[in-house]
Amino acid sequence: MTTRSTSPHPDSRRAGAQERGGLLVEGVTLSLGDGDATVTALDDVDLDVASGEFVAIVGPSGSGKSSLLAVAGALTTPDTGRVLLDGVDISRASSREKARHRRERIGFVFQSGNLIPALTALDQLRFALDVAGKRAGDGHDPRELLDRVGMGHRAGHRPHQLSGGERQRVGIARALVTRPAVLLVDEPTAALDRARSDDIVKLLAHETHESAVATIMVTHDHDVLGHCDRVLSMVDGRLSE
Amino acid sequence: MFLAWRELVFARARFGLMGGVVALIAILVVLLSGLSSGLVNDGVSGLQRLPVTAFAFAEGTKTDSAFSRSTVNLNQAEAWKGRDDVADAAAFGNMLVNAKATTAAGSQVPIDLALFGVEPGSFLAPTVSDGAGLGDPDGIVVSQTVLDEGLAIGDTVVIDRLGTRLKVVGSTGDQRTFGHVDVAYLPLRAWQQVHAGAGPDDQAREGAYEEATAIALRARDGDRIDLAGGDAAAGTTSMTLDESFSASPGYSAETSTLTLIQVFLYAISALVVGTFFTVWTIQRKHELAVVRAMGASTGYLMRDTMIQATVILTVSTAAGFLLGVGGGTLLTTTPMPFALEAGPLVFAALLLVGLGLAGAAAAVGRIVRVDPLAALGGQR
Repeated sequence: MTTRSTSPHPDSRRAGAQERGGLLVEGVTLSLGDGDATVTALDDVDLDVASGEFVAIVGPSGSGKSSLLAVAGALTTPDTGRVLLDGVDISRASSREKARHRRERIGFVFQSGNLIPALTALDQLRFALDVAGKRAGDGHDPRELLDRVGMGHRAGHRPHQLSGGERQRVGIARALVTRPAVLLVDEPTAALDRARSDDIVKLLAHETHESAVATIMVTHDHDVLGHCDRVLSMVDGRLSE
Repeated sequence: MFLAWRELVFARARFGLMGGVVALIAILVVLLSGLSSGLVNDGVSGLQRLPVTAFAFAEGTKTDSAFSRSTVNLNQAEAWKGRDDVADAAAFGNMLVNAKATTAAGSQVPIDLALFGVEPGSFLAPTVSDGAGLGDPDGIVVSQTVLDEGLAIGDTVVIDRLGTRLKVVGSTGDQRTFGHVDVAYLPLRAWQQVHAGAGPDDQAREGAYEEATAIALRARDGDRIDLAGGDAAAGTTSMTLDESFSASPGYSAETSTLTLIQVFLYAISALVVGTFFTVWTIQRKHELAVVRAMGASTGYLMRDTMIQATVILTVSTAAGFLLGVGGGTLLTTTPMPFALEAGPLVFAALLLVGLGLAGAAAAVGRIVRVDPLAALGGQR
């Protein structure tokens, strides 16, 4: 089963994703393991997310949510199908090309932030720019972004000096600082309480619309789905409304 | 460089510990290098300072016993002299003796000497910095180290058992030792008398004054002599000056032992650095996966780690060498054979850093195998 969104029409969204920028996943299948242990992680998945759209994907553990993020984020190659990022198929790119797409066009927000222990909050953003070969000032202002996510006052603090919610805010800022076309968010509220979870997802929704980035968030947390533009469900590698 | 420097500062205790180990190894390398140079000086500096290209020994002489077993005839020197590529050839006597030195104050000091018998006026005759050169039949020119032990120009040395009295007339001004024994130059005839076991009032056996240990050869173009051709003509077995070092007592055993220790030390250093960076990489596996998911290339991450290795190795090696040279400077004032020479030290430092980097490079190869997919999920 594939997902077909309610509005706008799927075909127009698909065309829109390519024209305006965004992410288009077409007929993607992904198998994991070998021989008898082979599992179909993604089964003919279609998904399109336009720039500025915040899509949530919910589903039980092992349903294929993280596999979809891996394929959409050029971390792995699907068996079949393709992934178009702003109209460019990144699914068959070489490892080097995929790395380039990740650092230039894709932002990741990981569980618990996954920040670098040695770096302060501000340096996390500067480091992302360094990896992407971009400079602060060329439209990428780490300080301004930290302020925007409410972490300006903690710019000089390292991850172990930050709370879970603060780490996640820094993680979001780090993912956005390179101004990616796509933001892929992996269980951002897994380690947060209800109030902080709500804050974080609200922030993600705001930044998605503010930065016109196509955002996919996989989550178990049904309490935060109200902030999303669309909610899709994934079961046994299949995506549905 | 962005991450490398910040991680160095953040994990300074871990990197400091690693640097401390490298610094200790560097100190040990300096001390071993100094000991090695000191032993080489003690073993063969007397030979090194001879203006000689090669030695021709008695035919069939083995390298390890050449100076103690070889006896050549002066006629063989004449055969070498006539060769086109030989600028000069002169008889050279070499033997070790026990003696007692009588100082001007009248006290007697036991002393071992390596007697170098040379013709006064020949190219082998030493230049002196103090006193007079070779000339008197019983006059000897000694290594500076003899004077450092308390003897002075004008003192008398009496060779044990023979009673031959030799007078210190001059000093070379530098260290000249052979087999850890101070060198004393004396006229070839006096050497032949002692070598034949004849006391001052004895007549040496027949032929004794026609003998020497070897024929010292000096090449016409500075460094090349057709040794095989000369050997065939003169009936000798010759070897270059460097090859003749192995004929110094204990030289091969000492240098090979120290070389072996140094090789092990370099290997240990590379292993220690490699192990550290292997553990460092394994500890950061998830962090590296995150950075790779962010799009960092393998080259970016490897470059970062190699910068860390370079900083640690350079700083700690420099610190270790400074400490080692400081301690070694004190050792040079003791009787221990120890010499700090810039060339071997620079070579050792570069080798230590180079091998450390090789160890680190082998370790960070693991970065290639870090899968960015590991960044997804709740592992952190």
